[in-house]
Amino acid sequence: MPVQKTETLPIRSEQDVVSVRQAVKTWAAQLGFSLVDQTKIVTAASELGRNTFIYGGGGNAKLEMLNEGIRRGLRVTFEDQGPGIPDIEQALQDGYTSGKGMGLGLSGSKRLVNEFKIVSRVGEGTTVTIIRWK
Amino acid sequence: MERIPILRMGDILLVTIQVDMHDRLAMALQDGLTTKIAQTGAHGVLIDISALDIVDSFIGRVLSNISLMASVLDATTVVVGMQPAVAITLVELGLSLQGVKTALNVERGMQMLRAVIGTASEEGEDAGPED
Repeated sequence: MPVQKTETLPIRSEQDVVSVRQAVKTWAAQLGFSLVDQTKIVTAASELGRNTFIYGGGGNAKLEMLNEGIRRGLRVTFEDQGPGIPDIEQALQDGYTSGKGMGLGLSGSKRLVNEFKIVSRVGEGTTVTIIRWK
Repeated sequence: MERIPILRMGDILLVTIQVDMHDRLAMALQDGLTTKIAQTGAHGVLIDISALDIVDSFIGRVLSNISLMASVLDATTVVVGMQPAVAITLVELGLSLQGVKTALNVERGMQMLRAVIGTASEEGEDAGPED
């Protein structure tokens, strides 16, 4: 998939999570996303960025502007080297929470994007990739 | 650390969230508001979120918590000004904002609070003078 532009941001603090969602907002606006679509991917990025920080012990977010034929999209990849998720099926269920959240982070953000992929290995880390097409 | 100002208008506490809050700031607002309700004996809390681009599960939970804590302290909370795109996203995310009263804008939120608080103080008068 041709990538037009890319940027990697660190997630080492709560303020970094804010910076990531602001960057996602800027990119989504540049791509001409409707306000609702902007809000959806920014909200998903906020949930996943927080997961990276809290559960993954920090990591980074890679933003990519995609150009596939006539369609354009925004891909965001969240990566950490944290403890990993032992049971992904369970983690993707509504209401499942391992910590102090509401258990909507993963399942909820999946509903807000067009493509969602999670790869996690216990002891190695977790990578979540989301794409929203225009 | 930066803080979100809490204004007092008689019986009502007014909060306008104008920054993109990180989680600790949202928690500080929750603690600050609860403390202020207890200090002032306010019966109403109005939270204007019209400047917020998103409400994610964390901020949603903070709004729910504030409403619950306020109600335990005999105050009613109304959240006003949610952008339509935020409302759509919130529902798809699966967040129900349990126990949170909402109104379209500040004016309607104030009407809502006045109605609730008015009733409460009349009841209070029936039961005897308040201290």
